[in-house]
Amino acid sequence: MKLTRLMLALLLVSGLFVAACGEDEEEPESAAPTSEATSGKIQKNDANAEVQLTIGSKNFTEQKVLGEIYAQGLAAAGYSISKDLNLGDEKTALAAVKAGEISAYPEYTGTALLSFFGKQADELPKDPQAAYEEAKAGFEAEGLAALPPTPFTSSNEVAVTQKTAEDLGLKTISDLEGKSQDLTLYGSPECRQRLDCLLGLQQVYGLKFKKFVPVDIAQRHEVLTSGRADVSIVFTTDPQIQRENEVLLEDDQGMFPPYNSTLVMKQETLDAAGEDFQKTVELIQEQLTDENMQELNARVDLDKKDPATVAEEYLTETGLISG
Amino acid sequence: MSTTLAFLGEFGDAIDWIFNSRESQAGGAQVGGAENLPLLWTHLKLTAAAMALAIVIALPLGLALGHTGRGAFATISISNTGRAVPSVALIAFFVAFFPGTPEFWNVTVALALLAIPPILTNAFVGVRQVSRDAVDAARGMGMSGPQIVRSVELPLALPLIFGGIKTSTVNVIATATIAPLVGVLTLGDPIISGSVYGREGQIGASIMVAALAVAAELGLSALQRSVTPAGVKLERGASGTPSRLGTLKRRIQTVP
Amino acid sequence: MTELFAQLQTRDRSAPDCVADDGICPGWIADNFDRYLDPFWQHVFLTLVSVGIGFAIAFALAVMAHRRRWLVPPITQVTGILYTLPSVAVFFLLLPLTGRGNTTAIIALVAYTLLIIFRNVIAGFDNVPPETTDAGRGMGLTERQLLWRVELPLALPEIMAGLRIAVTTTVGLASLAFLAGAGGLGEALFADYTFRSNVLVAGGLAVLLAVILDLLVLGVQKLITPWTRVAT
Repeated sequence: MKLTRLMLALLLVSGLFVAACGEDEEEPESAAPTSEATSGKIQKNDANAEVQLTIGSKNFTEQKVLGEIYAQGLAAAGYSISKDLNLGDEKTALAAVKAGEISAYPEYTGTALLSFFGKQADELPKDPQAAYEEAKAGFEAEGLAALPPTPFTSSNEVAVTQKTAEDLGLKTISDLEGKSQDLTLYGSPECRQRLDCLLGLQQVYGLKFKKFVPVDIAQRHEVLTSGRADVSIVFTTDPQIQRENEVLLEDDQGMFPPYNSTLVMKQETLDAAGEDFQKTVELIQEQLTDENMQELNARVDLDKKDPATVAEEYLTETGLISG
Repeated sequence: MSTTLAFLGEFGDAIDWIFNSRESQAGGAQVGGAENLPLLWTHLKLTAAAMALAIVIALPLGLALGHTGRGAFATISISNTGRAVPSVALIAFFVAFFPGTPEFWNVTVALALLAIPPILTNAFVGVRQVSRDAVDAARGMGMSGPQIVRSVELPLALPLIFGGIKTSTVNVIATATIAPLVGVLTLGDPIISGSVYGREGQIGASIMVAALAVAAELGLSALQRSVTPAGVKLERGASGTPSRLGTLKRRIQTVP
Repeated sequence: MTELFAQLQTRDRSAPDCVADDGICPGWIADNFDRYLDPFWQHVFLTLVSVGIGFAIAFALAVMAHRRRWLVPPITQVTGILYTLPSVAVFFLLLPLTGRGNTTAIIALVAYTLLIIFRNVIAGFDNVPPETTDAGRGMGLTERQLLWRVELPLALPEIMAGLRIAVTTTVGLASLAFLAGAGGLGEALFADYTFRSNVLVAGGLAVLLAVILDLLVLGVQKLITPWTRVAT
């Protein structure tokens, strides 16, 4: 019947249409600056163009900035880079690497030790280099490589407002004992099951909170300033700490490990990427100090700039790419 | 084929998750089974609060506008624009502009705003398409405006009004799944925070939400049947949808 | 070899500042408006492709079911189930099967439009006066000619109305597509949903898009059915 044939033809055409359009989901974005990057510290090697990599990241500002920095820096070195940032929490990102959906993403040594390798609080190394070695060994057992860590460390921290700290006399996390049952804690959704978050506060410090409310991680300061949260989990590189005069409670029982960032990828991807890869990554990371990372976060969170723009600013201001 | 089998297996896991609690993906928290009850309760509370607010605002307004016949353009515009506002934008708007208010009430107001257009439009159209003869007869009998609305127009408009309420309720139940993004823990939490609840949690919670929506639809349909006057039922048919629609309804095109 | 760490230029951020205080800042909006263009076009793409495919499928189903009435209840049931599933759930459930990206989002959005369009097309056909179809048959028109030349034009108002609902609803749902990795205005919105300027622009653009598409469909409707008086 001609009508049915017409309908089938319509369906076929739309099917082809979606196949053609749906295939090209993440168009490889050439993140290299418009001028030839010959005078910057990163040297472009045309041989790297054969290597195709997808850089991923987790779902908060610092991660998006790091992802952009790696993506743009590696693109300047000649690699074919596409991005898939803002994947989710640490488990989602690790699953993405293992499944081959992304080639690499920046993970924190402390997060890896606690969330992936099941280290207990009392087994945590205090030294950043030792933490990195342990994390690296853990990743190696799963066929993954962890590149040398960044200078900066971005630790989870327990934060309260100035007023709360004064009213309740809080200086250390242990000071919360006896008071926490009247306080509301806000954290990310995965905080419930992390030893460097709610779970650790419960097990290491023996704290019970009146209520735990999971919110999007980007809200971690806003919940404090608006008064919805009494206590919040923040990162030491957050620019809002200084601006809002928040008080970070001292981790007197050593619940939080070091959190340097290390690029995690499959071993075979690293081997196939050539010798330029690790060199470029280490060159990019060299200037990622605590102060610089905090400045970059401030440009995104406070100045409301785009992470991609801020990454480019980092690369040009440090001379890695000629501006 | 193996994907289908895997999916069936996952489906079984999800059903198990609904009824039995277990440790979260990385340990440390309890999920599933009885742990779902607070989530379900919040979901129901949120839906009830939003629908109550929406009905209280939209129904009298729709009835009044329909009775006087004014405001057709405004009602249609609100209906169209209301459908266009993304739910997540509305929720984000309230949280951004009223940060001090508890999240529950911010989300309630946002959901109520989403629920208003179908109820408003259907109430308006429902009253408009009541036969003019019936209204004239009632006026001839000496009934005042509000009496006409209550005794004549409202009962005859009930099928459409209920249709609007049903549509809104299902929408609100579905939209309440994104409330966890701002801290109101409904059945959407297992769906969004998959890394805590696991895949069986995501599927299980989705099944629960879908079941909730179906239950609401069936329940409201039964309620509709019980309050529709017998005469109206005979004229309109069991589903309550008239088979011929007036030009006004065609223009607005409500979803019964 | 140790180099001194290069220090980035910093600025004093302790003063009250519209942007840092998450307010509505016209200056920032003007400077950063181009950030929303990519998400806007992604949103347009997702909406048009999803409604296009949904319409093709639902229309085909409705034409089939129009002549074989026994098909209507089962098709309504199936599309109804797809409609009842919260779209958020469908995004997440499809992820392991179809991966992050446009495909997953489009599948979910298409599923959602099916019931709306199917129901409206069927209702459109149902509202064609039987006298008209009888007259057509009396004039000797074949079933196919009857469909295309008589029933379809008369059903158009209802069909277009359904299309308008589908378009506006899909714009709303596509703002959740970022959960499946498909970008869109929802991604921009959720990147900073406490920043009021951002919420206003991203949300406002989504509403604007829906209104524009709604009016476009209405315009097309008026163009191809000049004999009906469609007043809105």
